[in-house]
Amino acid sequence: MENELHVPTMAELMAKGETADILFWVGCAGSFDERAQKITRDICRILQHVGIKYAILGTEESCTGDPAKRSGNEFLFQMQAMMNIQVLDGYEVKKIVTACPHCFNTLKNEYPALGGNYELIHHTQLIQSLIDEGKLKPADGHAFQGKKITYHDPCYLGRANEVYEAPRKVLESLDAQLIELKRCKSNGLCCGAGGGQMFKEPEKGTKDINIERIEEVINSQATIVAAACPFCMTMLKDGVKIKEKEQEIEVLDIAEITVRANNI
Amino acid sequence: MINQLIFALCFISAIVLFAKNARQIYKNIKLGRALNRTDRPKERLKTMLLVAFGQKKMFKKPVPAILHLFVYTGFCIINIEMIEIVIDGLFGTHRFLSFLGDFYAFLISSFEWLAFAVLLGCVVFLIRRNVLHLKRLNSPELKNWPKTDANLILITEILLMTAFLLMNAADQKLQLYGNSHYIVAGSFPISQYLMSLLPSDVSSLILIERTSWWFHILGVLAFLNYLPYSKHLHILLAFPNTYFSNLDPKGKLTNMENVTNEVKAMLDPTFTPPPTDQPIRFGAKDVQDLTWKNLLDAYTCTECGRCTAACPANITGKLLSPRKIMMDTRDRVDEVGKNIQTNGTYVDDGKSLLDSYITREELWACTSCNACVEQCPVNINPLEIIVELRRFSVMEESQAPASINAMFGNVENNGAPWKYSQMDRANWTSQQ
Repeated sequence: MENELHVPTMAELMAKGETADILFWVGCAGSFDERAQKITRDICRILQHVGIKYAILGTEESCTGDPAKRSGNEFLFQMQAMMNIQVLDGYEVKKIVTACPHCFNTLKNEYPALGGNYELIHHTQLIQSLIDEGKLKPADGHAFQGKKITYHDPCYLGRANEVYEAPRKVLESLDAQLIELKRCKSNGLCCGAGGGQMFKEPEKGTKDINIERIEEVINSQATIVAAACPFCMTMLKDGVKIKEKEQEIEVLDIAEITVRANNI
Repeated sequence: MINQLIFALCFISAIVLFAKNARQIYKNIKLGRALNRTDRPKERLKTMLLVAFGQKKMFKKPVPAILHLFVYTGFCIINIEMIEIVIDGLFGTHRFLSFLGDFYAFLISSFEWLAFAVLLGCVVFLIRRNVLHLKRLNSPELKNWPKTDANLILITEILLMTAFLLMNAADQKLQLYGNSHYIVAGSFPISQYLMSLLPSDVSSLILIERTSWWFHILGVLAFLNYLPYSKHLHILLAFPNTYFSNLDPKGKLTNMENVTNEVKAMLDPTFTPPPTDQPIRFGAKDVQDLTWKNLLDAYTCTECGRCTAACPANITGKLLSPRKIMMDTRDRVDEVGKNIQTNGTYVDDGKSLLDSYITREELWACTSCNACVEQCPVNINPLEIIVELRRFSVMEESQAPASINAMFGNVENNGAPWKYSQMDRANWTSQQ
């Protein structure tokens, strides 16, 4: 395990007269949420392991404005977007990888009309291409052999941008038992956090959306549920906790699975 | 001759009346804001052919898809039969197209099969709605008129198809009797079984044949004029609605141009926004603030409820139902249209789409997951309307739930939706 992580920032590289091939857009959850930070670090490990020259913006990164936009605050969204575009263009960023489907969607689809044009890839797509190139290969006798794994499609990666295969590619590369949830791919069920719901109590109803989703996971009999979004991670993890299934079901991000399976 | 005159009168008045109602709906749709949906015509045509003509998205649920396919193909093809009915009606001929010989026999037999398939489909649909009480077809927003509307459509179609088969059965019997007016033509794989039920004397048979014929055509003309008042309008609007589909990724929301100009002016004092002819509202409070496509969506909605059945908020008992969003929009635009028709111009009636029809609780239950958009068999987008109403309540009224306002404050001050300092953003790099 390479525990030593030195994560370069764009500013640092610039000072040395260097540039990065790809910017790692960490996102607010990836920066501040304790659980998501682990995923962030695992992505850095993967990037480091395969020798991709990358950098983050560090303290110069700011919220993409996604939660503001979906909640109807277009002003705030555009303020954030234009400031971020200034920073990104200042470093002549061309290609961005991110672990957050919300950042991915906003940067990819909504920034171009405001003057920010970047090639966007989600970390699961990056991992898929690394598997295809033979740069990542699960180690012998890895932690997932024979385990029942299922995958929860994040709305903003799946339906919103039709990325269904990339995250599954990672799971298919493991010699594990991959099972699909009843509602998957384009019919996937939301974790309950999108559209600003992450930041408020749900409206009155008969149950919370993440509970409905976790019940489906429990019914699938999977022992690992793979996520590819920090919001889904929080919601699924909370669901497992409320259902007192923490001993039976583990929620892991595709990046974490990759790191473990490849012994990075 | 008198029959022909009556027919011509009925036919022409039905068409004129329909054109008048269609024009009113067109005017109502035009109340919406401008939006360009004429780019990429090839892609649009392909979408229309696949989704509306090819019923592609219907097949997410195979059972209703097959039954719907029966009714749909039956409807499309039986329209060919209407050509003959109209010609016969106007010129006093009988089975005018029978000179086509074997091909005519083939046509008539396929119409019979289709009529039978339509009958079967409608009966099963009636059972699903009224006996099995499928959850999707029995939501609170479907009480009263929507429920009656659905049953009326199904019963009318059953009656029309029965009349068609009965007419053929009587005709067939008259053909066998060698009645000179009833020339031997056609092939009747279904109605042959009805012959034994009919009386044997010629005058009764003619009466049955004529009554069925008139019932069938008058029924169709009446149905045509019922469309503008019904969810059944989708049989016409599904085609333009899918043609004008949103071709962008589902996750992409519009970047409001008027906001862009203001933000640019805030960030760069030298920037002067281009002049606009009228003050534009941020977001939507009422139907006139939505785009024409949103309104076309509303008129196209057939209340099938696939959106609502897939909506995570609705599944978990929240008040939001994307179907209700569409039905509310249509009800309101109808009301505004009538208001304008009566007063010459829109006179404030103290109502609006937001609050009078759609409540805040519904709005704030949405997770913007796009499940409703994905499910709609005719590419309707309820999410766009929800977002526009949220925009109005946030930007014009500053009426968001307190925790959402707190999130806005955090994004504005700290560059993150949570209350952490931007300076701590990369702290994770030094932790293990």
